[in-house]
Amino acid sequence: MAIQTTTPAAGDRFDSVVEVLAKANEGKTGDELAGIAADSDAERVAAKRALAGMRLETLRENPVVPADEDEVTRVIQEAVREPIYDEIKDWTVADLREHLVATGTGEREIAAIRPGLTSEMIAAVTKLMSNLDLALVTSRMEVSARCNTTVGEAGTLSFRLQPNDPADDVSNIIDATREGLSYGAGDAVIGVNPVQDSVETTTRILEATHEFIEEWDVPTQNCCLSHVTTQMDAIREGAPADLVFQSLAGTEAGNDEFGVDVDLLDEAHDLAQRRCVSSGPNVMYFETGQGAELSGDAHEGVDQLTLEARCYGLAKRYDPFLVNTVVGFIGPEYLYDGRQVIRAGLEDVFMGQLHGIPMGIDACYTNHMQADQNDIENLAVLLAAAGANYFITVPMGDDVMLNYQSNSYHDAAALWELFDLGPAPAFREWLAEMDLWLEGRLTERAGDPTIFT
Amino acid sequence: MASDSHSDPDEPTVENGSEVGIDTDAESNERLRRIVERNPTRLGVGRAGPRPTTEALLEFRADHGVARDAVHSRVSDDLLEEFGLVRLRTRVADTDQYLARPDLGRELDAESLERLERDCDPGPEVQIVVSDGLSSSAVEANVPQLLPALLDGLEARGVSVGTPVFVEFGRVDVMDAVGEELEADCCVNLIGERPGLRTAESLSAYLVYGPERGSATAKKSVVSNIHDGGLPPVEAGAELVDLIGEMLDAEASGVDLREDDREFRTES
Repeated sequence: MAIQTTTPAAGDRFDSVVEVLAKANEGKTGDELAGIAADSDAERVAAKRALAGMRLETLRENPVVPADEDEVTRVIQEAVREPIYDEIKDWTVADLREHLVATGTGEREIAAIRPGLTSEMIAAVTKLMSNLDLALVTSRMEVSARCNTTVGEAGTLSFRLQPNDPADDVSNIIDATREGLSYGAGDAVIGVNPVQDSVETTTRILEATHEFIEEWDVPTQNCCLSHVTTQMDAIREGAPADLVFQSLAGTEAGNDEFGVDVDLLDEAHDLAQRRCVSSGPNVMYFETGQGAELSGDAHEGVDQLTLEARCYGLAKRYDPFLVNTVVGFIGPEYLYDGRQVIRAGLEDVFMGQLHGIPMGIDACYTNHMQADQNDIENLAVLLAAAGANYFITVPMGDDVMLNYQSNSYHDAAALWELFDLGPAPAFREWLAEMDLWLEGRLTERAGDPTIFT
Repeated sequence: MASDSHSDPDEPTVENGSEVGIDTDAESNERLRRIVERNPTRLGVGRAGPRPTTEALLEFRADHGVARDAVHSRVSDDLLEEFGLVRLRTRVADTDQYLARPDLGRELDAESLERLERDCDPGPEVQIVVSDGLSSSAVEANVPQLLPALLDGLEARGVSVGTPVFVEFGRVDVMDAVGEELEADCCVNLIGERPGLRTAESLSAYLVYGPERGSATAKKSVVSNIHDGGLPPVEAGAELVDLIGEMLDAEASGVDLREDDREFRTES
């Protein structure tokens, strides 16, 4: 199909919806590497204009990967609530943007149209929004979820405690857990990435974290982020998991690279609902990140932002408790520097929340990226202001197992102070009982891991 | 108060090269010392209000600085001369482009292709490539010990080795281009890994049997974490000699060189 831009002055023609979506993206090295980015800033804006004038119906009817070739497309299309879609299908993408930023639009108004949106529509409007647009509309959305505790309630900002150890040593993992809890981090999840993807290691980590949580009566949940099939085997053999984790991609081919498909994820969700030791109802945890599909040569010629949106469309099927983008982990060939990481972080959290999933972020970077700790502290400030549900935290910002840097345990209390926020209510009470938290501030005891011995 | 323990020199602190900055009793101090000592992560770092102590902050930035420098500095000419490495270069123009365009780092530039034909022996059993990759520090730190161990071991086994080359701005798969051009049976790429904050000197060795451009990652074997605190470079050299021997015998690498095949061949 040929798509004319709405203003004759632009004079550009694009051959397909996929091309308009790709060229309308803010600059990303990943789209350049894929050979689908705009050739110039002028062409980028021409594509944005073409997209602004595109009707939502056009985006519904032209999914970026055909439904008969891709089960992620089918999941997204089948989830659309038709009467709501019928009400908004004649809107242009510009109309959608202006509805979202309009005075008086809040969570209630956004919830009213959410079931009519596809991931492609959400990706499209994201490409028209500035960074402040994204922060503003994200702050209007409130998407909460409940496992043992809640995430995403007004006035809260939660943190995943990530106590990884390069040898999967559980006593070290528990030490790092002690340290994190002493800073008030850990209400979202105590989530461990194992080095060794085995049932034995997964079980050992789940048992150790579960026992610690029980012993100290911590209102949180545990998770071991091995492959979903490994966790399923461990759970079937009795390992105590509160959540089941998997990384997702936005295409069927990308999920194939991750060794999963919709049937398997359905099975995992079913097992989690029956066999997790948490009180639920939300028992799934997913991670995503722009560029994952291209790195597995499974991007199908589609830009990385649109594919990221489709991950959330898939995640939504499983009513997850936690979803976060691991925004700067993938490397500079996808997101080059602090500027691109900050943009992608804002995009991802906005897109996740607009899908209606409880979205957090691993604001992170690797050492070959043109970024440093200041960049991700900037991103954390922006997304705390925008109301992201949670951040990842590691000891002093340094994950010596995954070899990258994220937010520090210290950042939790600083962000709470900055925005007058606190952790989930039950966790807040527990911190007060442990004499770690008083009147919105850490107490003198905080920061000492030996209090949990 | 705990957060300002540095202000009172009489308050107890835990020594681990620097003050930990947490004020507790002697028994807790001992427990804290044990936690700090046994963990490779940055635990017991203390705090100043809700922020890290100045010392913890500066240590973190210092380690990040070393890692960044490893990515952005270049391997010295001295090293290339000492080991007689022929200098080649990929189609990458500078570090910025290297980071953004992995495709350009897998192919040699025109001048390097000429030099390869002119200065390197064709048709060896093993072609050795050294690449800066994401850490020139890893090359500088490990190659002076690793390369002689590898060359001596291969010579002892009677394996013919081509003229070793150094590829500036090289990716792992640049060995496919080098090996294909020289019609080597097997190619090894000793390449700097993405630096972490614990060490910026970790090197990997990737190996492929029957190198050809565009061959799948699964066809490659790898020995990683080569540095003094991991697999020491001399030991890595010995390990690589054995692995290359297996690859040449099996005429395969990567997933094609499965454990059961290796055992079968050893028995026969």
